[in-house]
This record gives sequence, structure tokens and C-alpha cells, in this order.
Amino acid sequence: MSELVEIRWHARAGQGAVTAAKLVAETALSQGRYMQAMPEYGPERTGAPLKAYTRVCDTPIEVHNNITNPQIVVVLDETLLDLENVTEGMAQDGTVILNTRMTPAEAREKLGVSDKVTVATVDASGIAMATIHRNIPNTPIVAALSKVTGVIPYDEFVQHLKTTFGKKFSQQIIDANLESVKRAYEEVQQ
Amino acid sequence: MSEKWNTDNFTEWKAEDFPIGAVCVDGGNSVEYITGGWRAERPVWTQENCKNCMLCWVVCPDSSILTADGKMTGIDYDHCKGCGVCVKECKFGALELVLEADAKEAE
Amino acid sequence: MAERAEQKIVSATGNMMVTEAFRQADPDVVCAYPITPQTTIVEGFAKCVANGQVHTEFVTVESEHSSMSACIGSAQAGARTFTATSSQGLAYMYEELPIAAGMRLPIVMANANRAISAPINIHCDHSDVMGARDTGWLLFFAEDAQEAYDNTMIAIRTAEDKDVQLPVMTTLDGFITTHAMERAELMNDEAAKEFLGERTPLFPLLDTENPIAAGMFADQDSYFELHKALRDAVTASKPVIKRIGDEWAELSGRPFDFVDAWGCDDADYIIVVLGSAAGNARHQARLLREKGVKAGVARIRVFRPFPYEELVAALHGAKAVAVLDRSENFGGEYGPVGLEVATALYNAKETIPLKNYMFGLGGHDVTLEQMEQVYEDLEKLAAGTIDGSIEYLGNR
Repeated sequence: MSELVEIRWHARAGQGAVTAAKLVAETALSQGRYMQAMPEYGPERTGAPLKAYTRVCDTPIEVHNNITNPQIVVVLDETLLDLENVTEGMAQDGTVILNTRMTPAEAREKLGVSDKVTVATVDASGIAMATIHRNIPNTPIVAALSKVTGVIPYDEFVQHLKTTFGKKFSQQIIDANLESVKRAYEEVQQ
Repeated sequence: MSEKWNTDNFTEWKAEDFPIGAVCVDGGNSVEYITGGWRAERPVWTQENCKNCMLCWVVCPDSSILTADGKMTGIDYDHCKGCGVCVKECKFGALELVLEADAKEAE
Repeated sequence: MAERAEQKIVSATGNMMVTEAFRQADPDVVCAYPITPQTTIVEGFAKCVANGQVHTEFVTVESEHSSMSACIGSAQAGARTFTATSSQGLAYMYEELPIAAGMRLPIVMANANRAISAPINIHCDHSDVMGARDTGWLLFFAEDAQEAYDNTMIAIRTAEDKDVQLPVMTTLDGFITTHAMERAELMNDEAAKEFLGERTPLFPLLDTENPIAAGMFADQDSYFELHKALRDAVTASKPVIKRIGDEWAELSGRPFDFVDAWGCDDADYIIVVLGSAAGNARHQARLLREKGVKAGVARIRVFRPFPYEELVAALHGAKAVAVLDRSENFGGEYGPVGLEVATALYNAKETIPLKNYMFGLGGHDVTLEQMEQVYEDLEKLAAGTIDGSIEYLGNR
């Protein structure tokens, strides 16, 4: 993937969207690529809807504005679909990754997008509850993103996760995250 | 005038002649600045009445009460501006304020 | 001539990169007060102090007024002294800023460029730093996290250079640069420390063998001359900045220029801008060049001292020039950057049509569409169908 890839993340504060945006960016960096990751800047209020952004490119990235025309939209909380138009400005052949129990067909109908758009769903919250025992669906949804879009290779992502989480967390938490990632990679549907 | 710093022609200095940051490069030279000439009145000390309580020394804003071994020895007329605070505070009548002109005449 | 030194590729925000520069410089004193979006600089640095990575007296003060006051005392004492602030914090320091410059104290301060109240706004613009424009501080503007680091390194050396002895503000755009994680290169500690060296204070207050008095009174017989001395010092810092910037460029492999003139050699239409928005302008210029429009971008990296000659050289031959300003000059026609560019062109007897835009105030998103509009306007300006009066770019 040599072109600039722009990802927009929709979540509620506390669900780990900013961490996810950075995980994708840092995995790309570990491959020697260029990247940007930033939250939509503002006061931090747990539960409030927020956006985060990731850019990945093989060449240096010059633009610094918010992402308004993403190729990829990742939604970490399906209740946001009733609050905002998550696909606003998205490329016509873009991809939506949604944390939900809905099937891709149900999600497509809910989103009201054309056939050109790829819609993938994964129960990232269910997986997170079963593995990490907390509703932090960020690491599983990155695995789903990796599988569906290939923006970052899955193996590189797992390796990066081991390295960064290894510095901060206990082996138990790392293992739980790795399990959640593996399950999401297997269970994502499109 | 200080050996370190010749300020004779200060009023003719150009921008580049000043020390960087307008620093006074010879600190503690205010002793060279004779302020005694600002005086209209002067305190006169009567040693016999003095108990060396040092209250005048405490209140003098110009460090002009001269001392040695914890005892008053006189007044530094080079720097005393004649404010009279020492006279006001003296409890023993050891200090008296007189007109500078009269004092000069008496000298 | 220095050899290219070994560097590490890191993922870091602009604030993290400033913290890294501070850590490598190992200052004697840092006095700081937190304010969004600068906070993570001092937080990060406080961590360095707690972890024993630096030998710094970290003074937590009760306000920015106090932090700059403490910095002034510390710098006059002879210590390598840094701080960081933003927005209202910088405004609260205003009283001390000209004192730091007038006393010629090489304090280095990072500023996270942020809007000024009212209304309250925590996002990027240049109102805070432009409010401190005329205080005698040298002003550097970074485009991204990498340059936030590079500029801070150059700022430290410049401030403390024996021929400069001036405070330097190294600025980065609030949130856009302070908080976005980007790929950047970090110099190895040994080479960084060797480049930075140690401060040799000119008149250290703690040198009891050579007592001095600082913070002097200057009357009608000397204040005017001393202001001329400060003006001359700021102007004379330019060749020193160039020498130090080139030395860092040699070591890091990243070029240093007062004006980053992209495509300006043959450009018909040029945008002049500071900070992070330059990337968007350049991206749009690249797109336009693919369509045959000769577009260029002149990004000013050093705003004080202002690089008049370099800017005129970059703009020479253009058919029209747009200046983007990210801070207001209410009641005046052009913003601070616009005024400088107009002065530069007028004094060089250049008659290139000029137009000024207000953009991105309070974090108003800077889009490629806005840049496209500016380049379209420049064609009209060159043709004489619009005038150069100020415009709010992308305003509803």
C-alpha cells in the first residue's frame, strides 16, 4: 500500500480509540513507514463521543488537518450510529469496521451505504468482555481492521502489541489482549 | 571611579558601549556615589547621651550610622541624606537635627 | 565539518520531542506551570527529573508570572534555564518577557501556540506568540514534531552563544503538533550533548569574585541607547542562528533555512505561512503543479529576527503572493506576517500583488480546499480582478 491511507475512528472516550489509532500508526512505523495519529482535540470526558485519526504512508506526510475524507472508518461503539453520520465524507469505495453483534448485511442496512462500500462487523466488545473482562474493544478491532483492509500486517501488529504492552502490563493482561486479537481476527465478518 | 569600569563619558556612550544586558559590571559601587549633598538638615550625634541601643542603625535607610565593635562611632555624612528618622527614633536625646547651612557655618 | 550522527527513529508527539531536547540539554533549572496544550512537556520533563535522567532543579511555581520571574533570576545567576507555556500563560508572563530580553538572559521557552480568550479556546492559533512578538525574544516556528525538536536544539545553542545572549521562544502548534504522534528522528544522546555543550554565563550573579548588579535602572540618558543595543543584538543573532542551524543540519541530515522555500524558484503563485499549516499548502501546491499551475510555498521558520532577504529572494519573480496569518490585528488591515511581507517587498522595490488571509483561528480546521481557494484567488489577484484586502479564509 503506497498511497496515503486515512483512517477515522469513532468511539466514546475511555474505549481506547486513541490507543488504537496509535497502535496502527506505530505498527506502520515499525515497518519503516510514515504515520500520524491524533485524537480530535478537545476536553477529555469519559463517555463523550470522540473521533481519532490515523494516517499511514510510505512517504513523509505533510498534511496536518483533521481527516474529513477517510478511506477507512472504524466505529468502536454502535450506539454512535444513532448520534452521528459516521460515514460522512468517506470514500465511495471505503471500508467501515463496526463493533457490533449485527451481521454485515444488517450493519450495511443500518449505515445506508452503497454496495461499493465494504462493511465488516465484529463483536469486539463481546470478545473484550470474554478475554480482557472489560469493555475496551480497541485491540480486537485493530485485528479486524488488519484482516479486512491490510493497512497493517497482522503479524507485525501482534509483534508490536507484545513489545509495547510488554513494557506496561502484566503477562496476564498481555495474554488476554493477544487472545482478544486472535479471536477478532478469526471472527470478523464481511 | 572604579578600576573595572570607567563611566566618565557615560552620557556619550553609544548602544554598543554599554555592557550586555545593562549590567553594572562593578557591583557594590554605590558607596562611590556621594548623596550627602542632598541634605537640607543633618543629624548631630552627642556621644555622652548615647546608650548604643543601635535603634538609629536599624532604621537608617542609607546605612549611614557608623559602628565599630557593636558601638556607634559617628555618622557617614557622605551618604546621610538628612531624613531625620534616626533623630525621631532616638530615645536618649543623643541625636539632634540641625539646619545644614548652620552646621556648615559652624564648621 | 561534523559527520552525520547516529539517530533513532521514534514515534513521538511534538511535546515529547521538546521534552527529549530538554532532557538531552540537562538544564540546571526549569521553572514551569502547566497549561493545555503545553502540559505534557513539563509533565514529561518532571518524569525525567524524578527518574534521575537529568540534574535539574525543577521549580514548581504558582503561576506563569512566577515561572518567568524565577527563570530570570536563575538565568542571571548563571544557570541553563528552560520553561514552557501556552496562551493565557504566555500572556500572564508578558510583564517579564521584555525583562528577560532586556537583561540579555538566554532562557529557552517552548510555547504551544494556542488561541487567546475570549471566548475560551484551547486550540491552535498564533495569537499568544504574536502578542509577545515585540519583546526582544527570538521566535522560531516548527512545522512538525521533528522540527519542534530540531528548533529547540538550535534555540538552546543560539540563546547561549556568546554573541547572542538572548531568550528564544521555540514554538509549536497547539494540539496539531504538540499532540499528534508522528515519525521523527532523535539524535543519540552523546552527539546531542556534544552539540549543546554547556552554558558559559557572561555575568553570573553567583560569581562572588566579580560582583555585579543586574536589572538596572536606566533613565532618559541611556534607556534609548540600550533599546538600540537590544535591537542590534536581535538583528545580529541572524548569522549565528544560520551557523548553528547549519551545524545541526550537518549532524542530523535535516536542512535548516530561515525560509523553507518550496517550489519558489519558478513559482507564479506563492503562499507565505508559518507552522503546521505549511504542509497543507505544500500538498495543495504539489497537486496544482501536476495540473501545470506553478505553485510555491514559502514557510517562515525563524520569525525573529525576520529573514527579509531570504523571503524576498523566495518571492522574487512571482506573479502574486498570499500571506496566511493565524493571529489578528483588529482594526489594522494586515496581520503580523502580512505586515512583515509587505515591508520586505516594499523595501526591496518589489511590486508583486499581495493578499492577506486570516485562517485557522482557535483551531479552525485548515483544509486543502482553503489552500486551493487561495491559489485560485492569486490568479485573480495577478489578473487584477480582485484586490489584496484581508479575508477570513473558510469563514461561514
